[in-house]
Amino acid sequence: MTVDLATQYLGLALKNPLVVAACSLTDHLEKLLQMQEDGASAIVMHSLFEEQIEHEANELQRVYEQGADSFAEALTYFPKIEEFQVGPKAYVDHVAQAKKELRIPVIASLNGVSPGGWLRYAKMLQDAGADALELNIYYIAADLNQTSAQVEEQYLDLVSAVKKAVSIPVAVKIGPFFSSPGYMARRLVEAGADGLVLFNRFLQPDFDLEELRVVPHLELSTSAELLLPLRWIAILYGRLKASLALTSGIHRPQDLVKAILAGADVGMVASVLYREGLAAIGTILHGLETWLTEHQYTSVQQARGALSQAKCPNPAAFERANYMRALISFTSQVR
Amino acid sequence: MAERRFVTIDGNEATANIAHLTNEVAAIYPITPSSGLGEMPDAWAAAGRKNIFGSVPLIVEMQSEAGAAGAVHGALQAGAISTTFTASQGLLLMIPNMFKVAGELTPTVFHVTARTVATHALSIFGDHSDVMACRTTGWAMLCSASVQEAQDLALIAQAATFESRVPFIHFYDGFRISHEVNKIEQLTEDDCRAMLDMQRIHEHRARAMNPERPVLRGTAQNPDVFFQARESCNRFYQAVPGIVQKVMDRFARLVGRQYHLFDYIGAPDAERVIVLMGSGVGVVEEAVERLRNEGQKVGLVQVHLYRPFDAKAFVQALPKTVRRIAVLDRTKEPGALGEPLYLDVTAALAEQWTEQVPGTPMPLVIGGRYGLSSKEFTPAMVKGVFDELARPNPRRHFTVGINDDVTHLSVDYDPHWSTEKEDVVRAVFFGLGSDGTVSSVRNTCKICGENTPMYAQAYFVYDSRKAGSVTTSHLRLSPRPIKGSYLIHSANFVACHQFQFLDRIDMLSLAEPGATFLLNSPYGPDEVWDHLPMEVQEQILKKNLKFYVVDAYRVAREAQLGVRINTVLQVCFFALSKVLPLEQAVQEIKDAIKTTYGKKGGGAIVEKNFAAVDGALKALHEVKVPGRVTSKTHVVPPVPAHAPAFVKEVLGMMIANRGDELPVSKLPCDGTFPTGTTQYEKRCIAQDIPIWDPKLCIQCGFCSLVCPHACIRLKVFDPALLAKAPEGFQAVDYRGKEYPGMKFVVQVSPEDCTGCGLCVQTCPAKDKENPKHKAIDMLPLLEHLHRERQNWEFFLTIPDLDRTKVAQDTVKGSQLLRPLFEFSGACAGCGETPYVKLITQFFGDRMLIANATGCSSIYGGNLPCTPYTTNAEGRGPTWNNSLFEDAAEFGFGFRLAIDQQIDYCRVLLGQLASQLGDHLVRELLENPQEDDAQIARQRQLVAELKRRLQQIDAPAAKELLASADYLIRKSVWSFGGDGWAYDIGFGGLDHVLASGRDINILVLDSEVYSNTGGQSSKATPRGAVAKFAAAGKPARKKDLGLMALTYGNVFVGQISLGANPLHAIRTIRAAESHRGPSLLIALCHCIGWGIDMVQGLEHQKEAVTCGHWPLYHYDPRDEEHPFHLDSKPPKGSFKDFALKEARFAMLARSKPERAEQLFQEAQQDIYARWALYELLAKSGKAAIQAILQGDGDGKTGAPTAQTKKEVEA
Repeated sequence: MTVDLATQYLGLALKNPLVVAACSLTDHLEKLLQMQEDGASAIVMHSLFEEQIEHEANELQRVYEQGADSFAEALTYFPKIEEFQVGPKAYVDHVAQAKKELRIPVIASLNGVSPGGWLRYAKMLQDAGADALELNIYYIAADLNQTSAQVEEQYLDLVSAVKKAVSIPVAVKIGPFFSSPGYMARRLVEAGADGLVLFNRFLQPDFDLEELRVVPHLELSTSAELLLPLRWIAILYGRLKASLALTSGIHRPQDLVKAILAGADVGMVASVLYREGLAAIGTILHGLETWLTEHQYTSVQQARGALSQAKCPNPAAFERANYMRALISFTSQVR
Repeated sequence: MAERRFVTIDGNEATANIAHLTNEVAAIYPITPSSGLGEMPDAWAAAGRKNIFGSVPLIVEMQSEAGAAGAVHGALQAGAISTTFTASQGLLLMIPNMFKVAGELTPTVFHVTARTVATHALSIFGDHSDVMACRTTGWAMLCSASVQEAQDLALIAQAATFESRVPFIHFYDGFRISHEVNKIEQLTEDDCRAMLDMQRIHEHRARAMNPERPVLRGTAQNPDVFFQARESCNRFYQAVPGIVQKVMDRFARLVGRQYHLFDYIGAPDAERVIVLMGSGVGVVEEAVERLRNEGQKVGLVQVHLYRPFDAKAFVQALPKTVRRIAVLDRTKEPGALGEPLYLDVTAALAEQWTEQVPGTPMPLVIGGRYGLSSKEFTPAMVKGVFDELARPNPRRHFTVGINDDVTHLSVDYDPHWSTEKEDVVRAVFFGLGSDGTVSSVRNTCKICGENTPMYAQAYFVYDSRKAGSVTTSHLRLSPRPIKGSYLIHSANFVACHQFQFLDRIDMLSLAEPGATFLLNSPYGPDEVWDHLPMEVQEQILKKNLKFYVVDAYRVAREAQLGVRINTVLQVCFFALSKVLPLEQAVQEIKDAIKTTYGKKGGGAIVEKNFAAVDGALKALHEVKVPGRVTSKTHVVPPVPAHAPAFVKEVLGMMIANRGDELPVSKLPCDGTFPTGTTQYEKRCIAQDIPIWDPKLCIQCGFCSLVCPHACIRLKVFDPALLAKAPEGFQAVDYRGKEYPGMKFVVQVSPEDCTGCGLCVQTCPAKDKENPKHKAIDMLPLLEHLHRERQNWEFFLTIPDLDRTKVAQDTVKGSQLLRPLFEFSGACAGCGETPYVKLITQFFGDRMLIANATGCSSIYGGNLPCTPYTTNAEGRGPTWNNSLFEDAAEFGFGFRLAIDQQIDYCRVLLGQLASQLGDHLVRELLENPQEDDAQIARQRQLVAELKRRLQQIDAPAAKELLASADYLIRKSVWSFGGDGWAYDIGFGGLDHVLASGRDINILVLDSEVYSNTGGQSSKATPRGAVAKFAAAGKPARKKDLGLMALTYGNVFVGQISLGANPLHAIRTIRAAESHRGPSLLIALCHCIGWGIDMVQGLEHQKEAVTCGHWPLYHYDPRDEEHPFHLDSKPPKGSFKDFALKEARFAMLARSKPERAEQLFQEAQQDIYARWALYELLAKSGKAAIQAILQGDGDGKTGAPTAQTKKEVEA
C-alpha cells in the first residue's frame, strides 16, 4: 500500500509534510539542492535580518569614515567600492537563485526591526520570486513600561501592513511567550496571516564565567522541545483558517508523526540536520511513511489532527488537567 | 556626441579621468599628493570602467616610483599607451628612466602633483622643486594652473606627446590644485577621441619592440658616436612648441577654451609684468584686475609650456610696452644665479627682445621666490611684487610671502590689501577630523556647483596630527569662475563646529565686519554668551557679527548619528547663507545623502540623516548679543609659561596657527630641533579619559604598556613623597617583593590622552560585583581634568626608579622605565607607537634612530611638536628621517660612523694610556656593556676619562675628548613601516641585514601603506581590500622574516604586543643584545584594517590564534636550537578571523566568490607556513640553512601545502 504524503501549506501543494526550517544551512545552493534531493518538500530560507543589514551598513560607514578627512596624506583609508553587497542584495539574489534552481517551493524569511524595513524587504523578496514569506518576529519586550497589549498590537499592525504590501502567502513565526497564545494566533490570522509557525527558538544570552561576560548562545533543539508546540498545534487545529507548521523538536520520524497527529500541515526541521546531516530528511520521511503504513493510514491528510484537542479522546489533557496529572504521575514515580 | 557637463571635483579627479580614458597601462606607487591619481583609476578598473579604446586599463602597483618608471618604460617599449602619477621624491626616483624614455623618443605623459623635495625637512605640500629637478631629462613640461586646466592640459599633453614623440610631464601644484575642489566643464570620451590622432598612436605601436620585426635599443655607445646621436633628436624638440600650440588650437575649436604656450593677461600697454606658472596665476590675475581698475599698467604672462621653452613665443606674448618684469619661481636653487624660470626668461629676452622689439631697451628682469611648500600666495603679495617693480632700483632677487630678516630679500606688502568681491560667499569652517566637517563642506561645494549657476571652490587645511586633528575648510561661492587659489582671509561666514576651539583658535580674526558666526554650542542662545572667552566676545562686538548657535551634537544624538554633526551644520549653513532657497537646499542635501549612503544598503543611515536635516532647522537659534563683554575667561596660551624660549617663541607660534608670521631668523638653519616638545602642547582632545581605581588594580602594567601616547604611566616610590601630594592623589602599597614598603601609582596625563580606550580594553582587573567597572574606566574628561592635571604634575616630580634595579624583562618592569617617546600626534589607538615607546623605555638613553618616511616619521617628527624626549639626565633618542626608501642604509651609516669612531677611540686610548692610567683604559675597553649597570658604569668611566683628558695638553687628547662619548654603547635602530621594509626599502634592508653589523631594524607592519591612506603593500594579506588592490589582494603576504633567516646570522623576531606582550618584550631585548643585525617584525593594528581601533589588540590576538601571524624568534647565538616557534598551532579558520575586519569583509560583500577563494588560499598559506616553521623549530642552525637554501639530500626543502589534519596532528 502506498501512502499519500501530500499536504498543503500556505496554499502551496507540497509532496510531503517535511519542510526545512530557516537556518544557516540554506546559505549554500548546493545544500539546497541536496535537501530537495533528500526529499524536503519546501525550504524556508535563513532569515534576512534587517537589524544585521542596518548594523553592517552602519559599521561599514563608520569604518569608512574612521580617520578620514583628518590628515592631509590620508584623507581616506579604503578604495571607493561602489558594489558592496551590504544590504539585502546578496540575500535577495540568493532567493532568486534558489527559486531558479529548485523545483520545490522556496519560502523567504524576514526578520525586521522598523516598519519601513519590513515592508521594503518583503516586497523585494516577493519580487525575487519567493513562493511565500515567513515573518520571523523576534521581539524582546525589555521595556518595563510597555504593556502586553502594546506588544501584541505591534505584531498585528506589522502583519497587516506586510499583507497589504505583498500578494504572496505570509506565515508568521512566533514564540510561545504570550499570555494567551490562542487568542494571539486568532488575531494574527485575522490580521491576514496565512499560516502560523510554532514556535520560534530565541538566541539566549549565556554567561562566560571566566571573563564575567554575557555572550550570545544558541543550543540546538532536542525532541524534548517538541511538546510545547505540539500542545498548541493541537489546540489550534481546526479552529483557525490558516496553515499550521510545527517547528522545534522534530528529530525523529515519531516527532513528525506527532506533529501531524496534532494537526500540523507541515513539520519543520533544522537542528537535526546540523547534528545528523541532510540525510536525516530521508530518514524521517521514511519513518513517517513506515509509521503511517504500519498504522494503516493511507494519507497524511487522514492522520492529520487525529490527536488534536478537537478530535482526541481526552481534550482536557491539553489543558490544566494534563499538568496536574503529570505532576501526580511524576511524584508517584519518585515514591 | 555626449553633452559636456559641469562637475565639481578636485584637480586629481579631473586629471585621473583623462588619464584613465586615454591610457592602457599605468604602473603606480603612492606618494602624497598624487596618490589619488592612481587610486581612482585602480578603483575604476576594478569596477570594469573602460578607456576610449574599449579596454579596461591595467593598473599595477610597483615597489617604488623607480619601479613604476621602469614598468612604464617597458610598457611603452612594448607598444602600450602608458602613464604614471607621482610627486616629489617619487619623481626624483623616476629620473633615470625618464632620461631613457626621452632618449628613445617615446610618447607618454606623467602626471605630477608638484611637491616640495625634502631638504632640511620633508614637506608634503606643493612647489615646483620636484619638476624643476627634471629639467635635464628631455621631457616636455606642461603646467596647469587650475582644476579646469589640469583636466584640459592633461588631454592636450596626451595628444601632443603622440604627435611630437617627446614625453610630457604634465604638472600642477600639489594640494592647491590636486586637492582643490572647483567647478569645471568635464570633457567627454568623445572629446578625448577627437583630440587623439589615432594614426600617431598606430605609429607608436609600430615602433614597439616586436620579435616579428626585431630591433635593438639601449646600446652602449662610445666617444665616437654618442654625441652625434644625442644631437639627432633636436628636430623633435624644435617641433614641440608648434605641435603643442596646434593641439591647443584644435582643443579650442572643439571645446571653446583657448590656451597658448604663454598667455598674456592684463593691460595691453602694461609696463610692469609678472611671469609665473601654476596655481599662483589666478592670484596674480585677481591682483592685476584690481590694479588695472585703479589705473595701473600691469599684466602677467602665464607659462603653460615650460619645456621646450619657446623664447620667440614668450617674447611675442609680452606687451611691447613692458619695462620691468618680475619672474616668480615656486622653487629654490641655492647657489644658482637665479631660479630656473627667471634664468629662462632672462635668456629668452636676451635672445629675442632686440629681434622682436628693435630700438627698445630690454626690460629689467628681477626674480623672486614665492609659495614654497604651499606657503600662502595672495593678491596682496602680488601687489607687493608690482610695488617692488615700481621702485627706482628693484631688488634683482627677492622673496615674497615671508619675513626674511636675515638676508633681507623679502619684499614688503600690505596683508590687508584684498581683491575679494562683495558678492562672493566666503565661508570658513573649523572642525575636527572626525566630525564630518570636511565632507559636509565638500558636499556643499558640489551641491552649489552642480545644481546652480554659481561657481564653487573648496579647499581644506589639515593640521599635522592624526588624532584630534583640526580641519579648516575654505568655501567660496561666486557668480563668476573662481581663480584665486588662496585661503580666505576675510570671511563673511565663519562656522565653529567644535565649541572647545574657541579657547584655542582665533577664528574670528578671519571674520569681516557684519559677518555671520555659527557656533555649535551645548549652550542655548540665552546662556551661550557667558561661556565665551573674553577675546571672542570682544570680536563679536567689535565686528558686529550676526551670531547663531545650534546644538549639533544633540541633534545628531537624537537622530542616532553619534558624533557625525556634518549634516546638521550643513543645513545650518544653507539656512543662514541663503545661497539657495532653503527648500531647494534641503532637498539637495537629502538627495546627496541618498547618493552617499543609499547605495551601500544604508536605508537606516539615510533615515537618520534625514532626521538630522529636519532637526537642524529647529535647533538653530540667533543669539541676542549683549552690548558688552561679560566674560572672565581668556583664550588658552598655546604653550605654558614655563616652556623654554624656543618652544614659546617658535613652536608656540606654530601651535597658534601663526607660523606664517615667524621670520627667517627664528628658524633653525639646518633643520635641527630640540626633542621633547610635545610635553608643552596640551591639546585636551579626549572626551573621556582613563581613571584609576587602586582598589581593583592588580598592578600588571598592561594599561601603560599598550598606551599609544604614553599618557598612562606607573611609578613605584618612597611613601615619604606623598607628603607633598595634592589632595586626591591616589597611591597604594606596591604588590611584590622587589620594593618592600614602597607605594605604587597609575597616573594618566589628562590633557595628552586621546581617549582611545586601549588601556581599559586591556585591563584584566574587573570588579567582581559589578564587572563593567574595571581598575581603570573611561570617564568624562571635564569631570576629572582639574584633579588629574594636578595629580599628573605631582606624578612628574616623583623620581624614576634606578633602572639598574628594575626587572626589565617583565611587563610591569618595562613600564617602570620612563618612556622617551610621548604624546605623539599618532592616531588614537595607534598600533605602532606602543612598540616605539617600549623600545625607548629600554634603550632610549643611548639610541640613534633612522626613520623611514611614513606614519612613524610623521608622528615622530612632524612639527610643531615632536615626541622623542629625554630622561632626567637629559639623555634620549636622537632621531632623523632621511627618505622613504633608505632607512636601513641610513641607520647603517650611523653604525659605520660609530664603529669607526670606537676604533679611533681605541687607537687614541692606546696612545694616551700611560697618561690616562692603564686601569681606566682597560676598564673602558673591556666593559662588556651588556646591561644597564654596566652601561652606567661606562658612563662613569667616560666622565672620568673626559676629566683626565682635559688635563692633558696633547692633540690626541683633544681628539679623544671630541669622540669619547662613542665609548658608551649605542643602540642603532632603523624604524619604518611595511611599505618601506617589504617594498621600496627592501633592497637596502636586505643589504644591511647581510652586512653582519650591529643594527636593529623595527618593521612596524600594519600590512598596508597607512600614512598615504591605505594602499596595498607586499605585507598586505591575501584577500584584503586596499587601495591599488580594490578587488582584494590576490598574492600571499611576503614572509620577510623567512627571507632574513636565510642569512643565518640575523636575529629575527616576529612579535605582537596584543597577542603576547611578554614575548614582545623579551624578543625586543634579545634582538638588541645581539651584536649583529636584528630584524623585528611587529604586528600593528591600523585604521586601514577596518576595525574599531579600541579592539585593535584583540584583533592582533586573533591574527596570532588563527595562524596568520605566528610568533617566533630566531637567535643566531644558539647553534643547537636557534628557531623558536612561540605561538600555538593555528586554531580556528582564517575566514572567521578575516570577516571581523572590514578590509576582508569588504571583499566578501563585493566579490563573494573571489573572497571565498582567496580566504581558502590564505588558509592554505597558514598551514604551509606553520608546517615549515615547525620544521625549523625542530632543526639546528645548520639544518635550518639547509632547509631554507634547499640543499642537502633533497628531503629538507620547504614543504608544500599541508592539510589541516597534518598540521594539527
